[in-house]
Amino acid sequence: MKFPASLIPTALRKPPKPGERAAGDGAGTLERLREAPADLIGWVDERTGGASFLTGMLYRKVPKGTNWFYTLGSATLFAFVSQAITGVFLAMYYVPSATQAYPSITHLTNDVFLGEFVRGMHKWGATVMVILIFLHMARTFIWGAYKYPRELNWVIGVLLLILTMAMALTGYLLPFDQRSFWATTVAVNITGTGFLLGPYLADFLRAGAEWSPDTLARFYAIHMLLIPGLIIALIGAHLYLVVKLGTTAPPWLEAEVKPKSLRVQKV
Amino acid sequence: LADAADSTNGAGRGDGGPAKPDPPGYFEGESMTRRRALTVAVQGVGGLAAAGVALPAIGFAIAPIFHRPRETWESVGPTDRFTQSTYLTVVFTQVPGIGEAGKTTAFVRKADPNPPFNEPAGTYVAISSRCAHLGCPVRFVAAAGNFICPCHGGVYDFEGKVIGGPPIRPLDRFQTRVRGGQVQIGPRYSVTSQLQPVRARDPGEYVGGVWNVIYPPRPSTFPAPKSG
Repeated sequence: MKFPASLIPTALRKPPKPGERAAGDGAGTLERLREAPADLIGWVDERTGGASFLTGMLYRKVPKGTNWFYTLGSATLFAFVSQAITGVFLAMYYVPSATQAYPSITHLTNDVFLGEFVRGMHKWGATVMVILIFLHMARTFIWGAYKYPRELNWVIGVLLLILTMAMALTGYLLPFDQRSFWATTVAVNITGTGFLLGPYLADFLRAGAEWSPDTLARFYAIHMLLIPGLIIALIGAHLYLVVKLGTTAPPWLEAEVKPKSLRVQKV
Repeated sequence: LADAADSTNGAGRGDGGPAKPDPPGYFEGESMTRRRALTVAVQGVGGLAAAGVALPAIGFAIAPIFHRPRETWESVGPTDRFTQSTYLTVVFTQVPGIGEAGKTTAFVRKADPNPPFNEPAGTYVAISSRCAHLGCPVRFVAAAGNFICPCHGGVYDFEGKVIGGPPIRPLDRFQTRVRGGQVQIGPRYSVTSQLQPVRARDPGEYVGGVWNVIYPPRPSTFPAPKSG
């Protein structure tokens, strides 16, 4: 028995088949409005081929045994995007000057609407990103997912890990309180202990032999422009390789043996 | 008969295929096809353009490594303020314009010409508060006659030589001079374990002997004074 159509909400009803339409020929204003989003997407797709790219990426096959541990990479990406967005908005209030930095931080924390919340998201999000990137790395290592043909993606991932640590280091200075100052002093001096090039690298970070008016601006530029640009580029390469090579099944799942190959083995 | 252009148009490689016609613009005895010449030219011009932007930008970014700031001397008090027996803590501006971050602390005393110090009479000793381990600020504990670092437990004796903890060389010093009855503090320098002056090094870097090569002197620092 057919469910009475009058009981189904209008939005959930099946669209009428061609020729079934009670009124109009499908070219009425309402029908055309309903098709506008699809038309717009179709217009873009016709000129970019983006739909096949997106379906290829989003509907790619994943192996059996894929589980929640496979979301750690996406979680790290989410943490990075969150850092980027909150970072952009923090930059609207922050002043990278040795005398103005701390007052601007207290201003955006205490006076600006939701300032403490956005700053907190950036601060705690940094820790979350570092934890997630290590968990993601551990998953890749324990699953053996770094092996052929994915070695290059492991190398890119290690570069991303190093850049994330550099982000954590350079961002730590920006509040410019006592803790920031001395922690960064120690970090730059550790950098200086690298032989031959270390002393020059320390000078590069400090913009001179001592703390200078340019030190904070330099850390700020590295933190918000240089490293994020590199991270975005490397994330692009990382994702490209993930989509191109696919993900691995967990190592404890036995490979499916086809009957045909069994028969070959017997002979 | 092999065509003269066989080496440039892909024919004559022993694949048995028919010789391809000469590329457009080919002439007898050319060493480079037009396509190849244009490729090299475009890559060269592109490389020049990229270098024209990148090299000045990189030079701009690393310029501070090669820049030595102007030498500054700060007065820290009249000569009769300082004694041989203990250090006086002075705070002075090392880098102007950046508030507290540009200030640094020195411990100053009058030089002692008697053994075991044998320092030149009439001069003053200014020891930097920057720990030689990783740069935390040490403080002078008068009761013990030692300098102690709060971060990782570095301990230095009255002359600034290491007597405990992780530091790898004595405390840095500042050049001193007397002008108009005032003791003035000048550029920083480091000292070896025998208190021989060397050009200033960052904390954590060994000095003396082969270490002066492994941790090379930087153009951004001032030459060391002739003697301690």
